[in-house]
Amino acid sequence: MKYILQTKNLVKSFGGVHAIDHLSINIVEGQITGLVGPNGSGKTTLINVLSGFFPHDSGEIIFSGVNRNKILSWENQIYNITRTFQQIRLFEQMTVLDNILVVLTERSPIYSLFERHTQYHLKCAEDILRKIGLHEKLSHRASDLSYGQRKLLEIGRVLAMNAEIILFDEPFAGLFPETVKKIEEIIQNLKQEGKSIVLVEHNMAIIRKLCDHLIVMDAGKLLAEGHPEKVLSEKIVLEAYLGE
Amino acid sequence: MEYIFHIIILISIYGILALAQNLVMGEAGLLAISGAAFYGIGAYVAAIFATKLGLSIITTLFIAPIIAGLIALVIGASFARFRDDYFMLATLGFLMIFNTVTKNWEILTNGSYGIPGIPKPQIFGFIFSTPLSFVFLSLFLLIIVTIVSELIKRSSFGRALNAIREDEDALKIFGYQTSRYKLMIFTIGAALSALGGVLFASYITFIDPNLFTVNESILLWAMIVVGGMGQTRGVLLGALLLIIIPEMLRFVGFPTEVVGLMRQCIYGLLLVFFMLYRPKGILGIYKL
Ligand SMILES: Nc1ncnc2c1ncn2[C@@H]1O[C@H](COP(=O)(O)OP(=O)(O)O)[C@@H](O)[C@H]1O
Ligand SMILES: [Mg+2]
Repeated sequence: MKYILQTKNLVKSFGGVHAIDHLSINIVEGQITGLVGPNGSGKTTLINVLSGFFPHDSGEIIFSGVNRNKILSWENQIYNITRTFQQIRLFEQMTVLDNILVVLTERSPIYSLFERHTQYHLKCAEDILRKIGLHEKLSHRASDLSYGQRKLLEIGRVLAMNAEIILFDEPFAGLFPETVKKIEEIIQNLKQEGKSIVLVEHNMAIIRKLCDHLIVMDAGKLLAEGHPEKVLSEKIVLEAYLGE
Repeated sequence: MEYIFHIIILISIYGILALAQNLVMGEAGLLAISGAAFYGIGAYVAAIFATKLGLSIITTLFIAPIIAGLIALVIGASFARFRDDYFMLATLGFLMIFNTVTKNWEILTNGSYGIPGIPKPQIFGFIFSTPLSFVFLSLFLLIIVTIVSELIKRSSFGRALNAIREDEDALKIFGYQTSRYKLMIFTIGAALSALGGVLFASYITFIDPNLFTVNESILLWAMIVVGGMGQTRGVLLGALLLIIIPEMLRFVGFPTEVVGLMRQCIYGLLLVFFMLYRPKGILGIYKL
């Protein structure tokens, strides 16, 4: 088993709040790792820190054996990592197609000046939009989509990044069953393609169904980890949830 | 007829300036209030190089954008860490420094006396001395700037600028070094504004520091907000309306001094009115 992502004694505080408190976890390559914990236990903060959204205070973050002291978010492409946002963050006044294309096209400012998008980019974008069922909405503005479609477009951008490590922050929250099913399939397909996935989710049925490994956080700390069935039957885990 | 040519020339010059401002503010969402400074840099480069070094205005049409662009590159790089209102204040500071320099660096700028006797453009022995010939020159430059602006808008670069306007932090997550994009469009915007400055200096033949104050920057803001941000047609309509509306007051019979005073009020009122009631502008599709 190869660790594709590790944290060691990771700390992140906001004022007096220890959102992440000396957290050490290992993410195994090619698996779906569930990340659960009560509200405010630091799951989103962990994803924010891992994706360079804001810097951590101390501790180590190791990607495929490379220790990254300072995570700059634009380097996510180099380190092959991407994420979704729990609070959806689309490029609202741009079209659905452009929301995907911007993730596919040239990153260098000079080269991008001389590129619109190639046929190849357009085909990739259309394939992705078909996969998430938004192909007919291609020229609509992101802001005109329904909540469920917006969640799907977040997933679409992740697919466009084609990263090796994908961090999903509550991708199923508030969705109708058919959309949940669609996203489940997408995540399972990603696993089949060999991607390493971290999945934050509250619904234990989904966790049991999708995850190979489960990490439970509470108050920024690691509470338990291991096989989902086993972890979910542990007493401290049950207490953390019931005591909420 | 001369009067109509005069209006067309002004609309072309402000069309150029407004398109440049739109690239920075409408496309990339950068609240730059330094538009008048790069416009002024263009005008001063033309005036100084033409009157002191005897270069032709056509030559300065190439030199001024380069100088303005280089200055923008340095300024933009040092402002890179500022966002939104801080960026706006920083660019306002730069504009005020520019105003102070033009007022006080007398050897170069003649200070408050200004620079008179700026020549008309001349190429292959042809002098653009008649208003009609100047109409063609300014429309020609307006068309070039419109094409450049459209090409940028339609490129992947333009799409990334829009994404920066929408959510810069989210775009970074997808691997974009957004500060480079912002610096580049700030530089391009400055270079294009300088073209407007050269045209203006050569058309009016006299410039002084009072022509390039924050009032001019606000006028550019008003043009793109009224016409419609992020839309070439809208921006050009904004330039047209904001030049024509104050001129109409003259026809209604207001004396020239009153028109001069009312002009600023009209610009300010239009800006506030549109931001409150129609933030997308007349033809626009985006808001800040
Ligand atoms: N940007 C922030 N500023 C201040 N406090 C924050 C910020 N983000 C998260 N927190 C705090 O950190 C703790 C963990 O929050 P979060 O990571 O969102 O939890 P979860 O995603 O597990 O529900 C909470 O107490 C929250 O209030
Ligand atoms: Mg959360």
